[in-house]
Amino acid sequence: MKRSTDLSLPNVSRRQFVQGLAFGGVIAAIPPWLQAGTSTIKGLDSSPVLSGKHIDLVVDQTPVNFTGVTRIATTINGSIPAPTLRLREGDEVTISVTNRLPVPTSIHWHGILLPFQMDGVPGISFKGIAPGETFIYRFKLRQSGTYWYHSHSGFQEMTGMYGALIIEPRLGERHSADQDHVVQLSDWTDEDPMHVFSKLKVQSDIYNFSQPTFFDFARDVSKMGMQGALEKRQMWNSMRMNPTDLADLSAATMTYLMNGTNPAGNWTGLFRKGERIRLRFINAASNSFYDVRIPGLKLTVIQADGQDVEPVTVDEFRFGPGETYDVLVQPQDDAYTIFAQSMDRSGYARGTLATRQGLSAPTPKLDPVEWLTMADMMGRMNHEGMNHKGMDKSATESMKHPGMHSGMTNSQHSNHKMQGKKHAAQNPLSKPSPNVRHASSEYGPSVDMRVDMPSTRLDDPGIGLRNLSQRGLRPQGHRVLTLADLKSIDGVMDDLRPPLKELELHLTGNMERYSWSFDGLEFGKSTPVSLRHNERVRIILQNDTMMTHPMHLHGMWSEIETDQGELRVRRHTIPVQPAQRISYLTTPHDLGRWAWHCHLLFHMDAGMFREVVVS
Amino acid sequence: MRLKAIKKLMILSLKTVLLSSITMQFNYALAQADGMGQMQAQGGSAPADARDPHAYSDGYTLTEGPYSQPGPRQLILADEYTFWAVLVDRLEYQNDSEATVYDFQAWYGTTYDRLVIKTEGDIAEGRQEESSTDLLWGHALNAYFDTQLGVRIDQYYEGKDRQWLALGVQGLAPYWFELDVTAYVGDNGRTALAAEAEYELLLTQRLILQPRAELNLYGKDDPENSLGSGLSDLSLGLRLRYEFNRQFAPYIGMEWTRAFGDTADYWLAAGKERTETQIVAGFRFWF
Repeated sequence: MKRSTDLSLPNVSRRQFVQGLAFGGVIAAIPPWLQAGTSTIKGLDSSPVLSGKHIDLVVDQTPVNFTGVTRIATTINGSIPAPTLRLREGDEVTISVTNRLPVPTSIHWHGILLPFQMDGVPGISFKGIAPGETFIYRFKLRQSGTYWYHSHSGFQEMTGMYGALIIEPRLGERHSADQDHVVQLSDWTDEDPMHVFSKLKVQSDIYNFSQPTFFDFARDVSKMGMQGALEKRQMWNSMRMNPTDLADLSAATMTYLMNGTNPAGNWTGLFRKGERIRLRFINAASNSFYDVRIPGLKLTVIQADGQDVEPVTVDEFRFGPGETYDVLVQPQDDAYTIFAQSMDRSGYARGTLATRQGLSAPTPKLDPVEWLTMADMMGRMNHEGMNHKGMDKSATESMKHPGMHSGMTNSQHSNHKMQGKKHAAQNPLSKPSPNVRHASSEYGPSVDMRVDMPSTRLDDPGIGLRNLSQRGLRPQGHRVLTLADLKSIDGVMDDLRPPLKELELHLTGNMERYSWSFDGLEFGKSTPVSLRHNERVRIILQNDTMMTHPMHLHGMWSEIETDQGELRVRRHTIPVQPAQRISYLTTPHDLGRWAWHCHLLFHMDAGMFREVVVS
Repeated sequence: MRLKAIKKLMILSLKTVLLSSITMQFNYALAQADGMGQMQAQGGSAPADARDPHAYSDGYTLTEGPYSQPGPRQLILADEYTFWAVLVDRLEYQNDSEATVYDFQAWYGTTYDRLVIKTEGDIAEGRQEESSTDLLWGHALNAYFDTQLGVRIDQYYEGKDRQWLALGVQGLAPYWFELDVTAYVGDNGRTALAAEAEYELLLTQRLILQPRAELNLYGKDDPENSLGSGLSDLSLGLRLRYEFNRQFAPYIGMEWTRAFGDTADYWLAAGKERTETQIVAGFRFWF
């Protein structure tokens, strides 16, 4: 089954063919296959590794070639990804960052608890790092796990400024592994990101080449009759919503990278037969959600966003920009493909796990594009009427309860008699409020839709990942990770106080105008969210858009709970699905001003960004 | 003399008010259409008990309150940037009239407020036969529509130039119809209404069929420019384009135009048919 890929590129589409011209990445850097001969098998990654208590980073412009065309990237120490920092929990680290760009820069340590002045968001935590200037970051590492770091200035993250940040636990890893590879997924465009953004301002579907066409309609007419075909489209068309609005940027401009290597370059992580491998998956993409799998291998997820979780074995997971998952695998064969297709199915990043360089396994085909469902647009309102084709079994089960009156979730309905009254008597905030409250600013031009009956389920894998086995796209029993599968290990979450306050904010946008916001207010029109130091707070985020938003709250943990108020898992970046209402608790232990935003870089820059004041 | 001018101005402002109320009615109808049958998922107005989006701020702002950075706000995101675009919807040759027709729109501004320039005209025998240019301030009315307020200047090679005050709406109606409706008030009590609708039917991801309708109404006869009162002309077009990329597409198509009422008589008098059908070929692009 294995064959050499040096010459043959499986599934070569026109675009990948173009990508195949370049081995990828920073032109001056030593390609990984050359490093293979010189370094030990352990810790082999595309990026250099820096460790210790003192780190020097230099931000500069570097020519790169990911597609056959040379472009100028913004880099940290001349590599993409930036050097992997391997630090130690408990250490006080000093990281000096020198800016050799002609414009200001910054570095944000994603998911790291630290004093706000060290958080690296220009205009909120500090002034930024002016050209020619060196800024000294100094902070104590109070946590361990897999994290990453990136620029928080303009679109510099999109042009190459991101790297892995691994903090080794003081008391040793909970799970031993023979190999430890960082698998950092990112994306690249040859266009100037600002130009890409301004094009979206003119035509927001400019990169979507999976739009409904007349021939799709004709096909549907022959399959389901004229009425069925019209009904399928009625809601979308009357509301001016696009059912294939899955990503703003597609392979029409993006090249998807694994450890800074394009699909043709085939980044390869090595192992010896029988070894247990830890893969530290980091989504460092600017705007791309990835669906990751390694055909033939079970993935045991042991960590999410740097925090240990009860191990859960799955076949595939989706993650958005900012999220990380640590996964254990135990390969038996010689080569496996790590396949990460973009959520809109326009392209993929791909690499290989192999016993030696030059091996590869077949690369799977991209899945067909699946239309968003009514549930994605409207939450629960259409569940009764729709066929449950697109839903996995558990989803269907949980929807079978009749009587979904407004403001009452399914599980609440079933548990109402048992728990409802008891809890209500104790503390009205024991459970997240199910009552949807739109902000007054959601009724203006900045918001193209509002959801009145959101879903509070955590077990929905999301569009394109539902019912894969039944649809014949994966083997029987294929399991996709959902938020409901994640549970922090005992002791990870230390604040078990009930919340004293509940905040509700809605994620909003207008796709036609290409504008994104919280509560219909873009950053420039917003006021900060004020939190009291050390108080336990509940945040409810409701997604009133049709896209999934990875929401990243700086400076404090986001601890996800169920709609019954049961604490589940500690995260720093929470993907909120379309028409989903998600609830989490936080305790701000560090004073100061913090950023809170969607980690799709364009959504953040368009205004889905809030400041949080802890005082 | 002065009295006359004042009277003229009064009539003009009255008409503007009338026109704006018509536009408001239209907007209201649109908003109603938006809300119908969709649980008010779109449009509508905020209920009295809607959540205050600043309720969690404790009175702090982005520049005031604890731990704010000194001085003016440093973090400015794209919601406060200005953008611009030039959209050449039609740049085509019409075979029968042997004329080059152009239809551009350009804008500069933010998400919700824009300076909009629309210009449409035709060139035949090396000269600009006629042109119509709108200079407008566009302001977001709701999620999908902008109101546009400004002036229009009509220029004719043979005829008399006209100036108008313009008030209109432009945007995307339910079922993906691009609409552009503008009412005009000119001097000597002249009024006009121009309406345009476009639809894009994707045959494939790149091959797109675009039906288009345009009509003009005038309140008064304008013999100097061969325009009659009432419905003056209606054009229906069908253009098939191929998008090499989303920003550049050549097309071919058909354009059917019919004159009505007195306009038709003027056309006949000038030796033109009251109905014209012709083949067009051109480019659509934007940058």
